[in-house]
Amino acid sequence: MMTRFLILFVLLFGFTSTGISVAANAGNTDKSDTIRTPLPIIKITKPGQCVDDTDEMRRNHMNKILHQRDLTVYDGIRTKQYSLKNCVNCHADENTNSVLGKEGFCESCHTYAAVKIDCFSCHTDKRDVKTSVSNKDDNKGNPHQ
Amino acid sequence: MSISRRKFMQAGAAAVTGAAIAPGIRLVELAQARSPEEAASTAKRWGLLIDSAKCAEGCSYCVDACHTEHGITSNNRPETDAQWIRKVTAKDPETGYTHFLPVMCQHCEEPPCVDVCPTGASFKRADGIVLVDKHICIGCRYCMMACPYKARSFIHEDITDQKSHVPRGKGTVESCTLCVHKIDRGDNNTACAEACTELGNDAILFGDLNDLKTEISRRRRTEPSRQLRSDLNLNTGVRYQGL
Ligand code: SF4
Repeated sequence: MMTRFLILFVLLFGFTSTGISVAANAGNTDKSDTIRTPLPIIKITKPGQCVDDTDEMRRNHMNKILHQRDLTVYDGIRTKQYSLKNCVNCHADENTNSVLGKEGFCESCHTYAAVKIDCFSCHTDKRDVKTSVSNKDDNKGNPHQ
Repeated sequence: MSISRRKFMQAGAAAVTGAAIAPGIRLVELAQARSPEEAASTAKRWGLLIDSAKCAEGCSYCVDACHTEHGITSNNRPETDAQWIRKVTAKDPETGYTHFLPVMCQHCEEPPCVDVCPTGASFKRADGIVLVDKHICIGCRYCMMACPYKARSFIHEDITDQKSHVPRGKGTVESCTLCVHKIDRGDNNTACAEACTELGNDAILFGDLNDLKTEISRRRRTEPSRQLRSDLNLNTGVRYQGL
């Protein structure tokens, strides 16, 4: 009886470890030339400091703009730091002037992550041409200039 | 005891009143230039005073200015095109006297659209501006039914190339925002009032109804004006003269 259990245990353990090694191999191949999933294209048009650290922005940008949206709509607080307009003005593509499109800053990542963006059914995805001309926005943090 | 307790209290009360008036005035001055970090407050109540006698026949300058400011375009389907402000013709059937008035959201103190909205999307900002939070509007259009002024429009079609300061999208309801983006940046005027003044007609006056020093509150105090459908007791922020 005991030996049967032992055999079963050895078999199970064997299968599991093979499984793990296969998975690990697949992980390695991701970085090689034989890539199967197209990675997002992250084009930074205006290099420099974002409004927060890159890691923080990648994980939490949605919370920041969600918080800001209520401040703006209900209280009329239009600070620049987390305003969607500010995001678009900085991150819009040089050629298309937009954050959407195959190589657009927002769309390319969202397509990769399979997360639908709702923002741009109402908000414009285009950079404000006026603000893009003068890069130095020193109008006391008001995005509406 | 050189001063009675009663006298002392009176003097104290006078001193307190004096102190309150001075900072009160300062507060108003400060609030005029609201900084971007500062929330809109009940210290202000924005409104319009419209003189229909000065509004010219055939003129649609205010309507055009509003639609340009907010990026409202026509799909050539007048029945469903968005309209934030429209010219209304009023005619006395007895005498034939005809006059014209621009009608937009009246920014009621007691807005029926806010009462009926099931999601809370239709709301009144602290400074009296009635708005739609399109993030939570489900497009049920109850507010359109409730509004006695037919001020609201439903967006039936996809919209692209919106103005960055006026997000607009299919499936939501919208109306005059009293140029809230302009107010927030301290322009102290609306696109329609600016246009009418520029034209020289000066039929629309914008201002703070709470501040006794503004031209609008002076005229509201000294000249006759009335609300549309005053029977509903909505205390509208927009008032009319010459009706
Ligand atoms: S259409 Fe939108 S704003 Fe109007 S009542 Fe319905 S949810 Fe509220």
